[in-house]
Amino acid sequence: MNDTRDLTNLTVTDALAALRSGELSCTELVRAFLERIERLEPRLHAFITLTPELALRQAAAADRQYTRARKSGESTPPLLGIPLAVKDLLALAGVRCTCGSRILDNFVPPYSATVVQRLLDAGVVVLGKTNTDEFAMGSSTENSAYGVTRNPWNVKHVPGGSSGGSAAAVAARMTPAALGTDTGGSVRQPASFCGVTGLKPTYGRVSRFGLVAYGSSLDTVGVFARTAADVALLFSHMAGFDPRDATSVDFPLPLPCLDGKTNLKDVRIGVPQEYFIEGIQPEVEGAVKAAITHLEKLGAVVLPISLPHTEYALPVYYLIAPAEASANLARYDGVRFGPRVEAENILDLFCNTRGQLFGAEVKRRIMLGTYALSAGYYDAYYGQAQKVRTLIKQDFEKAFELVDVIAAPVAPSTAFKIGEHADDPLAMYLEDIFTLPANLAGVPGLAFPVGFDYQGLPVGMQLMGAPFGEEMLLRLAHVYQQTTTWHLQTPTGVD
Amino acid sequence: MQYEPVIGLEIHAELLTRSKMFCGCPVVDFTQAPPNSAVCPVCAGMPGTLPVVNRQAVELALRVALALQCQIAPVSLFARKNYFYPDLPKGYQISQYEYPLAQHGKLPIQTADGERLIRIRRVHLEEDTGKLTHVIGEKESYSLVDLNRAGVPLLEIVTEPDIHTLEELRAFAEGMRHLLRVLGVNSGDMEKGVIRFEANVSLRTVGSAELGTRVEIKNLNSFRALIRATAYQIEQQMAALQRGETIEQETLGWDDTSEMTFSQRSKEEAHDYRYFPEPDLPPLVVEHAWLERVAASLPELPFARLKRFQTQYGLSAEDAALLIAEYLIADYFEETVQAAPGVAPRMIASWITGELFAWLNQSGERLEEIKVSPAGLGELLRLVAQDEINLNTAKTVLSEMLRTGRTAGQIVAERGLKQISDADQIARWVARVLAENPQELKSYLSGKETLINWFFGQVMRLAGGRADPQQLRQELEKQLQSMKSNSS
Ligand SMILES: [Zn+2]
Repeated sequence: MNDTRDLTNLTVTDALAALRSGELSCTELVRAFLERIERLEPRLHAFITLTPELALRQAAAADRQYTRARKSGESTPPLLGIPLAVKDLLALAGVRCTCGSRILDNFVPPYSATVVQRLLDAGVVVLGKTNTDEFAMGSSTENSAYGVTRNPWNVKHVPGGSSGGSAAAVAARMTPAALGTDTGGSVRQPASFCGVTGLKPTYGRVSRFGLVAYGSSLDTVGVFARTAADVALLFSHMAGFDPRDATSVDFPLPLPCLDGKTNLKDVRIGVPQEYFIEGIQPEVEGAVKAAITHLEKLGAVVLPISLPHTEYALPVYYLIAPAEASANLARYDGVRFGPRVEAENILDLFCNTRGQLFGAEVKRRIMLGTYALSAGYYDAYYGQAQKVRTLIKQDFEKAFELVDVIAAPVAPSTAFKIGEHADDPLAMYLEDIFTLPANLAGVPGLAFPVGFDYQGLPVGMQLMGAPFGEEMLLRLAHVYQQTTTWHLQTPTGVD
Repeated sequence: MQYEPVIGLEIHAELLTRSKMFCGCPVVDFTQAPPNSAVCPVCAGMPGTLPVVNRQAVELALRVALALQCQIAPVSLFARKNYFYPDLPKGYQISQYEYPLAQHGKLPIQTADGERLIRIRRVHLEEDTGKLTHVIGEKESYSLVDLNRAGVPLLEIVTEPDIHTLEELRAFAEGMRHLLRVLGVNSGDMEKGVIRFEANVSLRTVGSAELGTRVEIKNLNSFRALIRATAYQIEQQMAALQRGETIEQETLGWDDTSEMTFSQRSKEEAHDYRYFPEPDLPPLVVEHAWLERVAASLPELPFARLKRFQTQYGLSAEDAALLIAEYLIADYFEETVQAAPGVAPRMIASWITGELFAWLNQSGERLEEIKVSPAGLGELLRLVAQDEINLNTAKTVLSEMLRTGRTAGQIVAERGLKQISDADQIARWVARVLAENPQELKSYLSGKETLINWFFGQVMRLAGGRADPQQLRQELEKQLQSMKSNSS
């Protein structure tokens, strides 16, 4: 392939075409990304663990398979040779999985997450495991025990979180695609902060097996790429029923129809008044409204709607997620895996291990959750939160009787500065107010770039759909990207 | 003041499933398998793993719930019970709490005072914990964790506090164990810990409806421990109340060696388990059709079978209980009854509980292994009933049948064991014995009449045991009588 062209600029779709035609070898492609990672990683720190040997081994195998297939005419796996980064909250057999925590510093799972295995079966090549807030608890990747990831658009700013490593890696073209997880906005908010496209699927549509649990009733596995078309392609190989996840859903999965049509005549877009509140950064509001107008010009019908219980999403989330987390994180006791801080008796062993190896935010949420579930408080906190969660879900059900898609900002502001919210957990929690409702309702959400602020930081828009409505979100974003250029902008300062 | 005990039970029974409650690991014999040989990432609680409900465990639980005449919830929920312990891999046990699988059942028991119904409060599914072994050495002490048992399906059955005597307690506990075995859901091997009891014990003044402060005794792994611990606790509470003291709510353990309870936790130290619905498992739905299928597959329940054996076959309560203790034996009995229509069922029962049980004991064989089928036993007993062979001969023949597997007919024919009822022959044998024993005859005639039994034995010996005993006795009495009248 022509050396003057930077292979790391290729999208998944383009790279696949080049690999299949034989114009490009997978080893060349993977080397290009590994070299770029090597160059940028010291400045961005998007990864916790890199797997170059594994990647080159997989690439060589992929090249052999392509060569064989070209001779025999047999078909190749659908994503053969496509590099992928995996958030370090998802298990990949034989590679350590820290979850951004010292308590899993040496943990090497003997199993792969179902979603990772599906993508491996489809032929992907794994470049490494990306940085995350400890156990996905955070909105900036500052809560990682392995250091902060920096935003490629401005390294003084956070990439968002908790899947900040994955979003930054895709934005900086260290990988064409990456897996993330989204419990309260952890795919969409970093996608928005880093100017890439990120999908949070319907709860249950992608298996959670091998996703290290934070808030089990909210956790989803999502994906980042530079275009909606790439996200759609990857997603079609991630979703589906898994016998190892009892909450996964057997829902038919047609490949999202991303035809060339740009007419949105049949689409009704709802704009919820509760998402355009005082305090939102004006450039965010402006860019999102402009994007909605753009879709309207393409034929979509835009309707004002109301999601009246939106303001309760934050308190409800911060009761339910920590409550589930307080149980999910009980297994990290130093007995069976992970480092252990020895002690004279078992209680001290538990306390020392957990006390010394969990970070402050994780401890804060464990305590919040433990309190919310305690005898005498359960009804007032956890019980009440579940009732309000039902109301939030009903808000969406009612809205989707009127509209096909809901358009809103992803976050109230663009990427904030590293350390800006360090001493103010509540300000940090407020970063998620527009993304939490989709997790509480279990509906899909997609974030993609629709502009920049005065500092040159990306602004994202969020589309939310009815359960299993991912296709509609991807279609809209695809049409938008075919008629705009925001998603083609790349951060150049980092090079 | 007169006090009466009020006892409620919690029973934990391991379910006889092939695999564990939430993963594919096999259920192994924990007393035999090497430690941690049946463990996978799921039951070891490794990060990112998820539970999936074992349908077979639900089915076995439904069998029990139906047999206990419970109301079965069409939708029930799993819940997390949170506490830290090294034998609990996830830091929580998946159990059921607010919405159990079944509620409001009953189990009939039989005591000397008659029949009683003990109400069942709830039946729910959960997972077992692992096992800790504490090693106390001279230089260092440590604990070893074996997770083979972690995640094995457990059924928890909770009664209402309906038990008031130790006799009722034993009848209920034994009845429950029997039911679980008969339903094929539990092996009943108490010594392997597959059934564990917890007793709630309180006292109240007789006639009062109000319950006293209850004390909970945990880890009672045998009937003996259950009865002893409860008896001990009743005595303790009785003495305390009579001294004018109040009972403190607490949780006790039981020490098998000293046969004393010891305090584990006071009320203040009670755990807050912070139960909440298990988000990894959707609601457990029991469709009506499934329930009907399970109901149709249930065997006749022990209490019903006990009654039927008494009414239909005229058996004593004791014999009926002996037979139904093992359903294979009860089935064997009923098949024998079918095979031998002319033979009284009571006679069949007494041969099974007598001769057959003795053989099983002595040979160590299980009923499935013995060489005599119900039809074979029926044939033998028909020969007895029709006076073809006498009882003693029959016992000899049965033992040969059991040893060799040959039929009663073959043995009797070959060895000429058929009973002799030829009146002339019997008269000749009697006359010969009387003639050959003049001394004894003289004693008899002079009033020592018990000697008639000795003469009977002598004649039977001469007859090789084959003489019809009734005929023989009549003939003997007849000849002696005529000698008596001649001599006087
Ligand atoms: Zn297992």
